[in-house]
Amino acid sequence: MVEAFFEWFPTTWLGMLLGVEQTGLFYFVTIVAIILAIVFPLLIAVAFAVYFDRKIWASVQLRRGPNVVGPFGLLQSFADGFKLFLKETVIPTGANKAIFLMAPMITFVLALISWAVIPFGDGMALANLNVGILYILAVSSLGVYGIIMSGWASNSRYAFLGSLRSAAQMVSYEVSIGFVLVCVLLAVGSLNLNDVVLAQEGGIHRWYFIPFAPVFLIFYISALAETNRPPFDLPEAEAELVAGYQVEYSSMAFALFFLGEYANILLMSAVMAILFFGGWYAPIPALDFIPGFFWLFIKICFFFWTFAMVKAFVPRYRYDQLMRLGWKVFLPLSLFLVVFYAGFMVAFDLLPGQ
Amino acid sequence: MSAIAQTVKSLILKEFFAAFWLSIKYMFKPKATINYPYEKGPLSPRFRGEHALRRYPNGEERCIACKLCEAICPAQAITIEAEPREDGSRRTTRYDIDMTKCIYCGFCQEACPVDAIVEGPNFEFATETRAELLYSKEKLLANGERWEREIAQNIAADAPYR
Repeated sequence: MVEAFFEWFPTTWLGMLLGVEQTGLFYFVTIVAIILAIVFPLLIAVAFAVYFDRKIWASVQLRRGPNVVGPFGLLQSFADGFKLFLKETVIPTGANKAIFLMAPMITFVLALISWAVIPFGDGMALANLNVGILYILAVSSLGVYGIIMSGWASNSRYAFLGSLRSAAQMVSYEVSIGFVLVCVLLAVGSLNLNDVVLAQEGGIHRWYFIPFAPVFLIFYISALAETNRPPFDLPEAEAELVAGYQVEYSSMAFALFFLGEYANILLMSAVMAILFFGGWYAPIPALDFIPGFFWLFIKICFFFWTFAMVKAFVPRYRYDQLMRLGWKVFLPLSLFLVVFYAGFMVAFDLLPGQ
Repeated sequence: MSAIAQTVKSLILKEFFAAFWLSIKYMFKPKATINYPYEKGPLSPRFRGEHALRRYPNGEERCIACKLCEAICPAQAITIEAEPREDGSRRTTRYDIDMTKCIYCGFCQEACPVDAIVEGPNFEFATETRAELLYSKEKLLANGERWEREIAQNIAADAPYR
């Protein structure tokens, strides 16, 4: 996307009017502009995601949810945001200041940089990486650091316990996510997210959630664990750990954690849409004239809705149950599925690139 | 056999999907909560809210400074001082209720022989400062004037049961 814009813009009348040339500076400006074009809508989306999360959660519980600030309470998240910006950042006396303040930044930044490889249309990704999926795996693994650092630097028992739980949980579920991705990649023959979507061209019957239904379920549940959503929200378990690793955080630092968390949830929804639900493709090819990012947006909204629904009706797992599910159920199951799908594809000559 | 059935059930996430369906149904049910500042729930005529001192229809204070309410108040929130007025009738010169102490038990209105002190239907009397909750006689009489219609209705509605 960057290259295309870089070459295209100076040839437009606006580019000529401004006298833009294909220099290094313009390349830099292009990248920054495209990053902003992704991050700004993303942050707005996160704000509304928080609102809709609360609304959906409330309506399942027969409550009304936020409905006071703005029409239907739509501005609630912005009001909360302003409240947090205006508050004092409290740093505990015993905290390690540098790490304490770095942790929320890391969480936030890592939640945003994964979006660099998400294709919003054919070739419309900030970075069309050949190893896009590996990149997302790597970044989401790094996400553990934000939580561990916050837990350790807070110098508080609750925060530390929460971060330890979180570390163990994320590491455990990353394993099965890895195997799940291997299944899909075997069918695609590429690690490039763009190619993953292109492989699902041609309508809803070609989307991978049909042949890969069990894999999709494992990925969905692992994604819940990966983003610390209920029923796997042990790191912040309000009941026993107050709020886990976020206990000592206030104002902007807390807001960064919060934004990062929701950006991660949206990212996981996007990854699910890309891997299993045909990314930017319409369910029937006749509707493909509608821009791709609209379909991707619809799919992200759908998955976010299911995430919010799950939050509303599941009780929290006990810690040993969580570990049992990760290591004794998902790991063997996903390993079996890798072997099964690989064998199936070899047996029936379905492997790509032959 | 049941173990196999159980395993299959958990593998196809039977209960998960059942719960999902149930919560979808609940999502579209009417809300159980009300849109509070704009709608309010029904109140019983016996509801014990903010206190008020009432007057007779001719404008005379009902309170005769018998101090039964002060005596019965379990939280000792009521303070009364009294002396005879020019016309010889006994009236309070001071009638204070510390609303921060009050436990809204309703004993004062039960003890009152002339229905002077009553707990009205108002429950929205939050204040910004603590001092505003130390009610004086003027404040209580003003409450009585403001809520007289509702209070009279409530007393009439409750009368058959007394």
